[in-house]
Amino acid sequence: MQSVYIVGTGQTPVAEHWEHTATVLAWQALRGAFGTVAPERVGALYVANALGGALGTQSQLGAAIAATAGMRGVEAHVIEAGGASGGVALRQACLAVASGAHDLVAVVGVEKATDVLDGRLEAGLALGLDSDWEAVHGVTLTAQWAMLMRRYMHQYGYTAADFAPFPVNAHANGAANPNALYRFPINPQKVETATMVADPLGLLDCSTVADGAAALLVASEGFARELGTRRVRIAGSSVTTDALALGRRADPLWLEAAARSSAAALRSARLTHADVDVLELTDPHGIAAALALEANGFAERGTAVQLAREGSITPHGSTPLATGGGCKARGDTVGANGVYQVIELVRQLHGEAQAAQVPNARVALAQCLGGVGATAATHILVAE
Amino acid sequence: MDLAKHWRQRAARYRLEGQRNRATGEVRFPPEPLVSDADAWEAFTFSGRGLVYSFSVVRQPPDGYESQVPYVVALIKLEEGPLITAQITDCDVTDVQIDMPVEATTRRLRDLGPEGLLLYAYKFRPRLS
Amino acid sequence: MRPNKLVGITGYGVYVPRFRIAAREIARVWTDGNGGVPVDAKSVAGPDEDTITMAIEAGRNALARAGISAEQLGAVWVGSESHPYAVKPSGTIVAEALGTGPWISAADWEFACKAGTEAWTAAMGLVGSGMASYALAIGADTAQGRPGDALEYTAASGAAALLVGPAEDALAVVEATCSHVDDTPDFFRRAEQAYPVHGSRFTGEPAYFTQIRSAAAHLLEQLGAKPGDYTYAVFHQPNARFPQAVGKQLGFSAQQLAPGLLAPKIGNTYSAAALLGLCAVLDVAQPGETIFVTSYGSGAGADAYALRVTDAIMERRKRAPLTAAYLARETFVDYAIYARWRGKIVLG
Repeated sequence: MQSVYIVGTGQTPVAEHWEHTATVLAWQALRGAFGTVAPERVGALYVANALGGALGTQSQLGAAIAATAGMRGVEAHVIEAGGASGGVALRQACLAVASGAHDLVAVVGVEKATDVLDGRLEAGLALGLDSDWEAVHGVTLTAQWAMLMRRYMHQYGYTAADFAPFPVNAHANGAANPNALYRFPINPQKVETATMVADPLGLLDCSTVADGAAALLVASEGFARELGTRRVRIAGSSVTTDALALGRRADPLWLEAAARSSAAALRSARLTHADVDVLELTDPHGIAAALALEANGFAERGTAVQLAREGSITPHGSTPLATGGGCKARGDTVGANGVYQVIELVRQLHGEAQAAQVPNARVALAQCLGGVGATAATHILVAE
Repeated sequence: MDLAKHWRQRAARYRLEGQRNRATGEVRFPPEPLVSDADAWEAFTFSGRGLVYSFSVVRQPPDGYESQVPYVVALIKLEEGPLITAQITDCDVTDVQIDMPVEATTRRLRDLGPEGLLLYAYKFRPRLS
Repeated sequence: MRPNKLVGITGYGVYVPRFRIAAREIARVWTDGNGGVPVDAKSVAGPDEDTITMAIEAGRNALARAGISAEQLGAVWVGSESHPYAVKPSGTIVAEALGTGPWISAADWEFACKAGTEAWTAAMGLVGSGMASYALAIGADTAQGRPGDALEYTAASGAAALLVGPAEDALAVVEATCSHVDDTPDFFRRAEQAYPVHGSRFTGEPAYFTQIRSAAAHLLEQLGAKPGDYTYAVFHQPNARFPQAVGKQLGFSAQQLAPGLLAPKIGNTYSAAALLGLCAVLDVAQPGETIFVTSYGSGAGADAYALRVTDAIMERRKRAPLTAAYLARETFVDYAIYARWRGKIVLG
């Protein structure tokens, strides 16, 4: 299989884009990614979108975006895998280029969540749970993570306040990201006393879902050389799945799909987690980040929270996480998260992250999850 | 109108009927579609007794659950082994604890509106006796 | 009346919700606390409870006591004036929840507060005729009282189930029963109305008292029995005063009524009321003791029963929670929570 490169990125800020449809947002991001490349050269378009159909805002975004973005007629479709849509779409792009089917493809993750009221949004997010055996009981995605957080606290002896370093780190980094939803630091003391959303998760340990689009140009080595712009190599790519319902997992506190996906991606990149300089993980809450860190091998079971408390997840720490603000500060764009993650890592590998720069970042890992890890998509990026 | 969607789960929802493997004795809930190994599994009704594995209090509900807020959702470890998701009822929100012994009861889960069904399903409550 | 084959109660079970509202709390809202109250408190169905959920639990308790499997039932009949659907029987949902399988009769009954005993009498006929080995009769209600109306103090929620089977299998044999009915419109509800209307004093002497006295006296005469022959007496109990008054009129004593008089603590559970009183008595009755039960339903009528407790009661009583266990669960709510849960707040 051929090598695969990211040769262009583009994004809109994460915000409440009242004025724009999903199609327009996607086009804005793609425009940024194209740069000087003519859209007609794209062989296929992979659109990552989790909620368009669910919220009744738009289906068939593949065709809609292709037509708007100057690629009418191109092979295009939507990839839906909940919060893993972005990574799964990138995987399709990698397969297309690695197989030689296309020289150049585009990936755009887009989410338009603010056209509906909160109750509808919660119901849409809950579609990523088991519909008949979880969502029907009124469980929300946040409540799923909250149940895992409470169990984790019980098993490993933590309090809710111990998770504060995750959102605090996210916000500190978000301040340095011009495209982030929230660009202000937060007070660790306020995390513990914030209004409860789903006990024990409070407002300051819960991401805000908002609108945004992020795009990548993914190309073969030949095309990348022809283009001559900066590039990043995708050295590993893996998508895995697990049962939807938490009760059907072997151990609810172990994100099996995340672990397997990470191991497979690192293996195909011929790297280990020790080689990774900077990470993006699905982190709408501290508990999500903690469980992902453990499943990805960056911390022993039950110690990721301690790792965060020791400052290891900051840009100068051993395991830099959420350098662009993560879900919490950059904003949670659900199906588009996986693409925003990759763009942040490209920024790191290009040395352009300024105040949030991880020194000498050469290897990056991006992982996004659908629901509570029913789908996991992991990519390993290597600087050239 | 969501008729068949709920009707097809009624045995499981009303009386916690799962499946038991005839050969190994393994039990599972929820029941799974029987494909290649249909003969291996028979209906099995769980006792309803279990312990709270974890729980949360939902305060930002999805559409249709606003009237129930705040409500407690939980993962319950049934005494026969399976881990299932359900609401906890008949218990003050502040009294729910991990490892609390609970028992299943059939309650009205949803009222789907003036032209909709009443949805009945298992919930768990602190053991009565 | 009795079937050719003697029948009895082989299992019984109750359900009362955990919530209560004090009558004084209702008075606080409507009469500024003035005046007497007809009960201390009434039971309030929680927001996820209704006639069907309560009937299911009472039915499960009855099955547990009877020690039979649900598939052995020939009927699941639910009597109520608050069936959750206007058209779609509570009985089919209750039958499904109990696991009866499809070979069963499962219709709903209505006769105001005696819908449950109507189902009981019919169950006696079904079993006594040999058409079924066992039949389950349930009285269950989440009664509604118009806010500020006198009935609001007592309109309560509860369920009681009697599993009828052959006398040789019974924990209490039914010696005989009789029903007295005529068209007396003391209390009724028109189809589109949210709340019933009641005839105030007309619901007393011409209705409740006349019907109960007629049925009870007639049954006693048929059996050649006197009130004093019975260990216990249970009457329909819309409040604390009526059953004690009619008991006295008939010649029963306060001691005979006491174990089966639950209204002061839980109010009027309508179709469950007389049956709940009977179940509370079965929780304490000894083999050989006798029970005289008379229900009442507005519209109007009364059903009277004479029962004799057998040895089987001692072992079977323990197989399910006692009525006292449900009564001991008391969580008081205020009028605002009660109004929200009982759907009395108009939402747009």
